[in-house]
Amino acid sequence: MDLRYSPEEQEFRGEVREFFRSVLPREIRDKVALGRLPSRDDIVRWQRILNARGWAVTQWAPEWGGTGWDTVRQYIFREEMYLADAPEPLSTNVTLVGPVVIAFGNEQQKRHFLPRIANVDMFFCQGFSEPEAGSDLAALRTRAVRDGDQYIVTGQKLWTSYAHQADWMFCLVRTDESARKQDGISYLLIDMASKGVTVKPVMTLDGGHHVNEVFLNDVQVPVTNRIGEENRGWHYAKFLLGNERILTGRIGLSKSRLRRARDLAARVPAGGSTLAASHAFREKAAALEVELKALEITTLRVLDEVRRQTGTAQDPKISILKIKGSELAQATAELLLEVAGPHALPRQEDWASGADVACIGPEWAATAAPNYLYLRAATIFGGSSEIQRNIVAKNILGI
Amino acid sequence: MDFSLNKEQTMIKDAVERLMHRHYTFAQRDTYARGAAGWSEAMWQRYSEVGLLGLFDSDVGGPVEAMIVMEAFGHSLVLEPFLAAVLLCGRAVQRAGGGSHAELLQDIAAGRLLMAFAHTEPSSRYELSRVATRATCKDRRWILSGAKSAIMHGDCARRLLVSARVAGEPADPSGIGLFLIDAGSAGVRRTGYTTQDGLRAADLVLDRVEVVAADVLGPPGAMFPLIQELADVAIAATAAEAVGAMQALHDMTVAYLKTRRQFGVAIGTFQALQHRCVDMLVELEQARSMALYAAMMASEPDARSRSAAMSAVKVQITKSSRYVAQQAIQLHGGIGMTTEYAASHYFLRLMAMQARFGDGAHHLNALASIDGREVLPAA
Ligand SMILES: Cc1cc2nc3c(=O)[nH]c(=O)nc-3n(C[C@H](O)[C@H](O)[C@H](O)COP(=O)(O)OP(=O)(O)OC[C@H]3O[C@@H](n4cnc5c(N)ncnc54)[C@H](O)[C@@H]3O)c2cc1C
Repeated sequence: MDLRYSPEEQEFRGEVREFFRSVLPREIRDKVALGRLPSRDDIVRWQRILNARGWAVTQWAPEWGGTGWDTVRQYIFREEMYLADAPEPLSTNVTLVGPVVIAFGNEQQKRHFLPRIANVDMFFCQGFSEPEAGSDLAALRTRAVRDGDQYIVTGQKLWTSYAHQADWMFCLVRTDESARKQDGISYLLIDMASKGVTVKPVMTLDGGHHVNEVFLNDVQVPVTNRIGEENRGWHYAKFLLGNERILTGRIGLSKSRLRRARDLAARVPAGGSTLAASHAFREKAAALEVELKALEITTLRVLDEVRRQTGTAQDPKISILKIKGSELAQATAELLLEVAGPHALPRQEDWASGADVACIGPEWAATAAPNYLYLRAATIFGGSSEIQRNIVAKNILGI
Repeated sequence: MDFSLNKEQTMIKDAVERLMHRHYTFAQRDTYARGAAGWSEAMWQRYSEVGLLGLFDSDVGGPVEAMIVMEAFGHSLVLEPFLAAVLLCGRAVQRAGGGSHAELLQDIAAGRLLMAFAHTEPSSRYELSRVATRATCKDRRWILSGAKSAIMHGDCARRLLVSARVAGEPADPSGIGLFLIDAGSAGVRRTGYTTQDGLRAADLVLDRVEVVAADVLGPPGAMFPLIQELADVAIAATAAEAVGAMQALHDMTVAYLKTRRQFGVAIGTFQALQHRCVDMLVELEQARSMALYAAMMASEPDARSRSAAMSAVKVQITKSSRYVAQQAIQLHGGIGMTTEYAASHYFLRLMAMQARFGDGAHHLNALASIDGREVLPAA
């Protein structure tokens, strides 16, 4: 046993760091560093840079463009990405839909979709939740009725992140009304340009436009856009949600937020000195660093175990990572909010969303509130913290 | 001890609650918020009619009356500049202005004059005595230069009550004066904006703004005690406001748990969520007690005891607000995240309050700096 990174791993880290330093466009880095939202163009541009280097879809199977790195290297890669203030590769494409197509799609689908997903020639959104199907996802009601070589899809999705920017949506639909609710669901890829698709914005707490309602009204979807077997969609969704839960931890991002909080606290006056000199602040920051270190080791340990034992992302231990990771994401954002103090008061959603407008007050403080606010959702989406606890209680503790 | 309200107080409570009930539904509030001023002129007149705008006057009402009004305002997330214009500026003018400003006070009470308290600065954060704006005396006039930031309702105020340093180093409690200026005076540049919680505010730049002797409040150089008193008034008022907001949010959450169904049952049947609601209530009750303590201590003449008490109030209110607001969103799930639904607006108000008049960490530090086996005064 050795918890230190090996010389090869450290060398790898150096290589990754140098790569990010040399290729990340400055405008994009500045936006991310200030906590502003990268635009769709920024995301596409960055992913194509990664893709050109062969690093856009590192976790995919090597025959479809993955790097074959082990868990530790994958982890180092992500961590360096966040520390470099690089946007992450589009998660709906890379972490969510891609692996499902690889695992359950047919050859033709793989050849058609995977290169386009990797290069964001198709920008995907996730159409799972509905008004009456949140935590109880299997209660979804959007219907797909078979009509020759097409499905006719009707229903409503809710909370669909970035549907307003997306070209495609991977979607859970009900194909069998009579079966047990988990057994009548299928997994479809829907072209957002299809007739009958309407997207309406839903504005969130932070003032941003992240989520949408998506109305599907007699939308024609070719049967060839169904991934896997009919009525087996729940199985694929569970596979996907495991991957989503591993991702939501985003330890590297929390670490970089903590670093930022410490840097900025040195600029903030408090008690005749600076906030960075205040013992209470230092204790808070130190306590968060301890928790992040522990979670880093827990993550590597759990992922290693999952890889060796079950080989799938459906292991209930992943819920532990989601619970703690989302809480620490919130806690680090809250520390930044505390550092920003009264500077976080002006509401400037346009600036935070990346618009070219003047910023009121210091730029470093202007996204503290929106980020803190948006991250309240981290313990809600991808399976809420309560649902994760239910999973652990039932599947690990057996109670 | 007596926790009951007297007859006049009960009448004020009824009057405010009636106004809120009739004119401050979430939809009505939204209309006010979207108007040019960001609040309702008609409501302001109504407050004046029922006598609320005279509440700065200790003959009209004390801290308990202020608490009653602010709690009701918090419950409906009121947008009007009551705290800034009435409780803070009205009080300051009354306490320091002597007889010469009687007309100003009449105008405030009648709803004709809006004022804002321009004290905080871009680098003062929560240190009350950190005033870098300078006032220099020249030919019996004062010349003010400096910058003020996050001035509550500073965007619409016709007159501004500005703190400025006449002597001493930036953080000295002594050497601070209070000056009345017209917002339209030469040399005043202001940038108005909306704050996270839907209120309006302004940043000000003062470039050699002239003040005549009659507009100097009290003895220049000796106004820090009054500034501290105003901050304490503000803490007591926002404590009550927070309690009103938390109560509304808690009610909303419990009602939602009874109606929202998942897995074939109301989510309120899940014990994990029931316990969370109970913990929210515990926090709310703790906060309510400290809002009462604040009302009791707000008229304490000993400034040290009063400020220590207000620090304690702010610590508890911050802790309770944070928990109640965060859990309210969590228990609502996605719907709690949307601005279409009221819960998010309560969250925003409770969050923004934390960054005004000192956050929890600031006040905890203030308390922890006092030596003693017990540092809080008895109520
Ligand atoms: C910002 C944001 C982005 C999102 N993006 C997407 C997206 O791109 N695509 C998509 O498909 N979905 C998305 N979602 C939806 C998200 O997955 C759901 O919000 C989530 O599943 C919770 O569902 P709900 O909002 O209906 O809450 P509900 O399920 O109604 O839950 C309300 C509360 O009840 C609790 N609860 C529910 N059941 C139980 C139980 N059995 N035991 C204990 N407690 C319980 C929950 O934990 C929560 O606290 C997003 C949500 C948000 C807020």
